[in-house]
Amino acid sequence: MVSDTHDGTAQAAGTAPPAGHRSETTLRVNGKPHTLVVDHRRVLLDVLREDLDLTGAKKGCDHGQCGACTVLVDGRRVNSCLLLAVALDGCEVTTVEGLAGDGEELHPLQQAFLDRDAFQCGYCTPGQLCSAVGALAEAAAGHPSHVTDPAAPSGRPVALDAAEIRERLSGNLCRCGAYPHIVQAVEDVAR
Amino acid sequence: MKSFGYVRAGTVEEAAEAFAAHPGARYLAGGTNLVDLMKLGVERPAVLVDVGRLPLDTMEELPDGSLRVGATVRNSDLAAHPLARDRYPALSQALLAGASGQLRNAATTAGNLLQRTRCPYFQDLSKPCNKREPGSGCGALMGVHRDHAVLGWSEQCLATHPSDMAVALAALDARVELHGAQGSRSLPVAEFHRLPGEHPERDTEIRPGELITSVVLPAATAELPSAYRKARDRASYAFALASVAAVLRVAEGRVAEVGIAFGALAHRPWRATRAEEALRGGPATAEAFREAVELELAAARPLRDNAYKVPLARNIAVDVLTRLAAPAPA
Amino acid sequence: MAGTGTALGASVERREGRLKVTGTARYAAEHPLPGRAQAWPVPAAVARGRVTLVDASAALRLPGVLAVLTHENAPRIAEPEDAALAVLQNPQVPHRGWFVALVVAESLEEARAGAQAVRVEYAAEDFDVTVRPGHPDGYEPETVNGGYPGRREHGHPDSAFGEAPVRVDVTVRVPPLHNHPMEPHTSTARWDGDRLTVYTSSQGGTEVRRTLAALFELPAEQITVVAEHVGGGFGSKGTPRPDVVLATMAAKVTGRPVTVALARRYLPAAVGHRAPTLQRLRLGAGPDGRLTALSHEATTHTSRITEFVEQAAVPSRVMYAAPNSLTTHQVVPLDVPSPSWMRAPGECPGMYALESAVDELASELGMDPVELRVRNEPDREPDTGKPFSSRHVVECLREGARRFGWERRDPRPRSRSEGPLLVGTGVAAATYPVLVWPSTAEARALPDGTFVVRVNATDIGTGARTVLTQIAADALGVPLERVHTEVGNSDLPAASLAGGSSGTASWGWPVHRACTRLAARLAEHAGPPPGKGLSARADTAGEADAESSYARHAFGAHFAEGTVDTVTGEVRVRRLLGVFAAGRILNARTARSQFVGGMTMGLGMALTEGSTLDPAFGDFVERDLASYHVPAHADVPAIEAHWIEESDGHLNPMGSKGIGEIGIVGTAAAIGNAVHHATGVRFRELPLTPDRVLGALAG
Repeated sequence: MVSDTHDGTAQAAGTAPPAGHRSETTLRVNGKPHTLVVDHRRVLLDVLREDLDLTGAKKGCDHGQCGACTVLVDGRRVNSCLLLAVALDGCEVTTVEGLAGDGEELHPLQQAFLDRDAFQCGYCTPGQLCSAVGALAEAAAGHPSHVTDPAAPSGRPVALDAAEIRERLSGNLCRCGAYPHIVQAVEDVAR
Repeated sequence: MKSFGYVRAGTVEEAAEAFAAHPGARYLAGGTNLVDLMKLGVERPAVLVDVGRLPLDTMEELPDGSLRVGATVRNSDLAAHPLARDRYPALSQALLAGASGQLRNAATTAGNLLQRTRCPYFQDLSKPCNKREPGSGCGALMGVHRDHAVLGWSEQCLATHPSDMAVALAALDARVELHGAQGSRSLPVAEFHRLPGEHPERDTEIRPGELITSVVLPAATAELPSAYRKARDRASYAFALASVAAVLRVAEGRVAEVGIAFGALAHRPWRATRAEEALRGGPATAEAFREAVELELAAARPLRDNAYKVPLARNIAVDVLTRLAAPAPA
Repeated sequence: MAGTGTALGASVERREGRLKVTGTARYAAEHPLPGRAQAWPVPAAVARGRVTLVDASAALRLPGVLAVLTHENAPRIAEPEDAALAVLQNPQVPHRGWFVALVVAESLEEARAGAQAVRVEYAAEDFDVTVRPGHPDGYEPETVNGGYPGRREHGHPDSAFGEAPVRVDVTVRVPPLHNHPMEPHTSTARWDGDRLTVYTSSQGGTEVRRTLAALFELPAEQITVVAEHVGGGFGSKGTPRPDVVLATMAAKVTGRPVTVALARRYLPAAVGHRAPTLQRLRLGAGPDGRLTALSHEATTHTSRITEFVEQAAVPSRVMYAAPNSLTTHQVVPLDVPSPSWMRAPGECPGMYALESAVDELASELGMDPVELRVRNEPDREPDTGKPFSSRHVVECLREGARRFGWERRDPRPRSRSEGPLLVGTGVAAATYPVLVWPSTAEARALPDGTFVVRVNATDIGTGARTVLTQIAADALGVPLERVHTEVGNSDLPAASLAGGSSGTASWGWPVHRACTRLAARLAEHAGPPPGKGLSARADTAGEADAESSYARHAFGAHFAEGTVDTVTGEVRVRRLLGVFAAGRILNARTARSQFVGGMTMGLGMALTEGSTLDPAFGDFVERDLASYHVPAHADVPAIEAHWIEESDGHLNPMGSKGIGEIGIVGTAAAIGNAVHHATGVRFRELPLTPDRVLGALAG
């Protein structure tokens, strides 16, 4: 929502009484800063898709029930459909468009998805990829999952076998049924 | 979703002031449930007071050995914290059994406690719901209630509380610390959520404008075994059909310490006080567990679609207690 | 692919793969159009009745709201063939969730807020959404989905069943199911004068164009339908849905490009569903296991505005030799949303019932279920007497049994446990017809030595773009890299929809022919093609749709291993293995993904997916993805898909059968049979969730 198309009062969050329904917010998306005046109702997903023309993050349910909108905010995977953009002022956002470097080379997970045919219609794919990036980082940081042995020592990296990957990626639904190939692709990279 | 104002609070006091200054204000933290309900039109705040960046995002061990968990600690960080994993395994397990990795990264301790029922009638503005619109009726009582309460419900409301975390906190004797216009206070988690009675619109004992600042878990050691078990329709990323959190210390074959709470059976995490009383000091055997749990569940009043919850809850509770009672493998 | 004539059958990477993994493939809501507005529909809040008032004043006062369309002011359209497309044309409400208004606004947020502010009043009427056998409104339809006769009878099924020494008489229930492709149904429409461009999430742009031309009374040449990337469909996007009609209307009214992206929770009522079926199976057999009688009677529902009959009994006309047989359908019109196609309509629920009953018969006989199926193998299609063009179901069963380790199985129910888990294995066969429709295609040779193949095929995730390129490369005798295939745009040569597992056959046939013709022209032409290139076209009308003297079907066999937790009643699948006989497999990589995908959806049908029509309110209770449980990663084990290379000269120039649906057929029965083997209990109602399973274990 760019300011010149709408009325309403832009304001710095937290500094003035909330008289208006829009505020200025600054996000760094895939390394580039963007300052926007957003409708307070606007979620990060719609900022990406409607304002920044970054349509890689997908809208599958708009309620945190499918994971197609998964992006990384300050390095952590989240459902961008449930995050109000105004509340993210100053945050660093990475979308599927930002996973690869500047050159032609793909992120290892993107390449593994290609190699394993880990997608069909492609609609859940950006979310699966961002979620996998986040999940790998979480496991490396020692975050357990529902299937991690409770006796496993706290704080140590968790090795990702197929069961761990399945559990950790369960917040990303795929209706084409590419799951087995997605798990193989993530296993390839986790090794 | 109607338009709303937005203000970000820097301190707890600022948050409370902003809330008081704006009629129709709601606190926003992780937003995973509030934004969801705003999109549905169920929640219609005039102003959001953003408390997501309050300095309440730390966990600290207090001098008496208890653990204070800040209100804005993310569910994933709490679940992964060594103190939570080592001393309160039921809590860590409950968190990890809930939602998804993405949601746990956004959802906060306080927000998890304050999340609202997933009853489909509550979420649908075109249907009656006493919780959403007092006096309109209970859609679930008229319609389909497979996922609804078997304990403590009223003719006004069959909703269940959806949290996994709260069930573990209830069993672990955790307390909620609140800050409001009248100062600070604390409540046991097991008494924080209400039964629907005549006022299902009130989920909890929180007062208008009050803010959860932290949750405090009583001192525990790795020698106090606890566990969480959840049954669900799909292997992950699904709300509980029934769940149980239990804490059990056995000394010389007898129950020395016990805490049991059920999830998805009632409008609040259901602390099984009758079962606990029956067990305390008695033999720690599967038979005793079964008898005690059945005593607790004798109060269940299942409806047409949800009778399965009673044996399901019984089975998982007996299973968890039996496993906790078994000597740890060498 | 360096060589020529070798592209087909190879494991070729998806042509659009890089776009999909980098997030740059654009779907229907993702085409940036200046001035684009957003629209949000208002669903009816009663199950049956009439709109008496639409008060849009509050909505129109909201900032950003451009228009509110209702039955009183929306553009009139011609009467559609599919009554579910007659949106905003009259005040009638045929089911809850029917769209009664549409709010158009500058932004998504404003459109949604506008829709919530529209006040609608109704004259509500009594309604009925519960299908049951013997319903007074039930009737036997002339034909069922797919054009099959509603009833077929051979010999004397009743008396033969009565006289059979071994009998099974069971009724199974499959609940309503939802397609829920990951991309919700979405359309963006733009008018430029009398020209209409529509970006839509559809399985067939040619059909969308034909429909829009009829509804808006426009020459088809003035309409372009773009469906370049489509986020799944599974049948629900096989026909145009209300979103494309609403977007077209809204764009006309506002003079702006308009996107209608249906909210997930609106899909169950708006885009079709698999109708529930109650199926009674009566199998009579001799002590040797040979069937003497087979009756399959299916009861289902349809809406008040369309007759769609899930052809659940039809696969029983194909599978087994039985001298006396009856296959019939009863349909009950109710105040429910219109049912429609969902992956393998008919075969999927029908084979769940038949293959469960066959397993019960094997138990009655004390016979191995693989052997029982082999024993009843027909030499011709039982219903028509036609010879099969190819049929390797026995080979699939044998190969699957070998790979699965079936011979090590202890056939006794409840014979295997691991702690609190009961473990069982099960088998089921699968069938799906070979469908093919006429299509057209063009191939052009360019002066630079590359080729462009043009066909309005739709790649909904099947790999159509890729396999058509392979077909073209082989027919042209050139390496794959020199062929570019354009699909997903109705300005391309017209082609049939991506449905009924027909795509590759229907589109590949004219592609093959156009390329073969082009190759011949090039052979006659000296030197490089002229400036605009050389081209050839092909149209398979009259040929692809010609009656075949053969019964043409794909077949398969599924093997499943599952566990049942005696503490919770939770059922999980450990292993799933399918072997298929589906003609020539043209791309091993994308074919495997399709088979595995179908099996995954079958796993969902068996264990997690089910929808409930609310008797008190008339709509589906499970309308979102938190309550309608499509399988998640954690539900899905490693799945094996294998195939038998079939050579079948009675199909099409590629020798292929469809593969998009055979994977789902039989999966649920194999899992259900495994659960019986694990528990000794027959569960005859899906899905196998703890509420059903736990009680039966104790009992």
